[in-house]
Amino acid sequence: MKLHEYQAKAFFKNYGIPIPEGHVTSIAREAKQIAEEIGCPVVVKAQVLAEGRGTSGGILLAKSPQEAEKAASEILSKKIHGLSVRNVLIDEALSIEKEYFLLITLDREKRMPLLMMYESGTIYIETAANALFDNLDRIYIDPLIGLQRYQVRQLANRLDFQQKYLRGLTEICLGMWKLFCDMDARMVAINPLVITKDQRLLVLDGKITLDENARFRQEYLVDFRDYDVEAYGEFEARKHGLDYIKMDGNIGCLVNGAGLTMATLDCIQDNGGHPANFMDLGAGVNIDKVIAALDILLNDPQVKVVLVNIYGGMTRCDDIAYGLQAAIEKYGTEIPIIVHMGGTHADSGIRILKDLDILFAPSMVDAVKKAATIVGGN
Amino acid sequence: MSILINKSTRVIVQGITGREGNFHARQMINYGTQVVAGVSPSHGGSWVLDEKVPVFDTMQAAVEVTEANASIIFVPARQATDALLEAADSGVELVVCITEGIPVQDIAKVYHYMKTKEVRFVGPNCSGIINPGEVKIGITPEDCVIAGKVGIISRSGTLSYMIMEAMKEQGIGVSTCIGIGGDILQGTSFVEAMEMFETDPYTERLLLIGEVGGLEEERAARFAAYQMSKPVAAFLAGKSAPPGKRMGHAGAYIEAGIGTLKSKIEAFDSAGVKVVTEIPELMKLLEK
Repeated sequence: MKLHEYQAKAFFKNYGIPIPEGHVTSIAREAKQIAEEIGCPVVVKAQVLAEGRGTSGGILLAKSPQEAEKAASEILSKKIHGLSVRNVLIDEALSIEKEYFLLITLDREKRMPLLMMYESGTIYIETAANALFDNLDRIYIDPLIGLQRYQVRQLANRLDFQQKYLRGLTEICLGMWKLFCDMDARMVAINPLVITKDQRLLVLDGKITLDENARFRQEYLVDFRDYDVEAYGEFEARKHGLDYIKMDGNIGCLVNGAGLTMATLDCIQDNGGHPANFMDLGAGVNIDKVIAALDILLNDPQVKVVLVNIYGGMTRCDDIAYGLQAAIEKYGTEIPIIVHMGGTHADSGIRILKDLDILFAPSMVDAVKKAATIVGGN
Repeated sequence: MSILINKSTRVIVQGITGREGNFHARQMINYGTQVVAGVSPSHGGSWVLDEKVPVFDTMQAAVEVTEANASIIFVPARQATDALLEAADSGVELVVCITEGIPVQDIAKVYHYMKTKEVRFVGPNCSGIINPGEVKIGITPEDCVIAGKVGIISRSGTLSYMIMEAMKEQGIGVSTCIGIGGDILQGTSFVEAMEMFETDPYTERLLLIGEVGGLEEERAARFAAYQMSKPVAAFLAGKSAPPGKRMGHAGAYIEAGIGTLKSKIEAFDSAGVKVVTEIPELMKLLEK
């Protein structure tokens, strides 16, 4: 889960990380007022969870409050990579002498957080974070001890970072680290950190990505979810603990296990079909969960056939079968349903379903082929 | 017979009084695993599974009484970090964590704490370990696999079951299957599991079951090319995965161009490792 720039900056401020003066608004007229308060020039920035805002006209410079209003209304009426812009951030414009990127994220190989810092333009930092064969500068943070001041000094030293800003940099890095831990972030990026011509050290933009697994102890963060980027059913699915992603095709999929779901989708593609969704029932399947899952699929007007591919392990096929039975009895079956079941209690699962209007397949590949034939693929 | 576990491994089930813990403890016993105790806070003193398995309040007490050397965790995500650290502190040598949904920063802490205690950590969010026909510490359904000489390392549980069942139909058996889990951070990585298989006399060749996200498959490809004498093959899932979306597993996402299936396929190709994305193709590959 990602936060908008203005949300990230509000957190930065709370953690003592200096940001430019700025305010967010959804109304173009207010942009003018804000620009007047801050003093021009200002930058007007689209708040949208898409890469490359700058090159898509989502960031504009305004030399007067009137220009700020015009820029805001232009940006607010636009779509960037298909996403509507609900808010703009108006920040003081700065004369920049030097730019840096700063990043804290997790290194999968070392199972450790790391801090990276680069002078701007030298590298695309998010790619560098997990890059494979490089020996680029980075500081590993022992998760049991946390980021230490000397580590920031080491990093600054390697970059010939100006001594007079070192104290400021240290506070920024420690603030980022604290925020990373407190919020259960997967990534905190500052991009860029700037030294201005009037000799200030400021954070102009940043990104925070949160760990969905920590939702149970970060419940307030749910308020930050951007419902605009969520497709039909995704909200409903999350409520029931289902992993659901809407896609473009017409074969609705209901699978257990993330890897098996991906393999099922791949198999559909290989057989000339198009999956309508990713749906992983996950662990702890009960009847209500299966009903909810089927409900989401059957309510998607694009779905022409439902493919159920279950391999029982932690999940038992008979539990799924009872759920399917209840759902089919509840909603009827105008849309054809194809079922493949294997593993724990597969036989009893199939027995439960055998009197219903369902097509059975002996293997995943066979089930996928049946589904593709029904929708006229292949 | 194979790596990490055998018939004399003495296992504690953490969360044995829960639905999943109870069900799978019984499955493990039926398969031949020595489940010597369960741990469940405030259930200490009771007996479960036909009054055959004692339950303790703490890992410390359970290990002291039963001399267990491994533990498997079914505790819900909210309490799992505590259970993991408790296991690390108890003196067992192997901890397998089935639980899904543990915050990733907790796993970083647990991983490094286990390292200081020299505990082998497998998972989380994994299917565990099975030596077919002998013993299992995990949730792999027993009848999906037969004993043989192919070692398997998989990020996905259900996908590995389905592949092993297809192998079984062809008469191809498995020495050990290790589920390393679908999370961002894994207690045991592909490469670390490969190291163990390389020296295992019961394993002749290896199958890696990977997916989108991270660079572990790329590292595995490099390891296969330079550090393994045994042949390695790979099956990869997620070529239809859209970027920026989390594909069910916490660790299965493509972000900033990292984690694509294309990169993984290229890595295996250039390492000379046979890599496929379709089950029928995989079966042809394994038959040879």
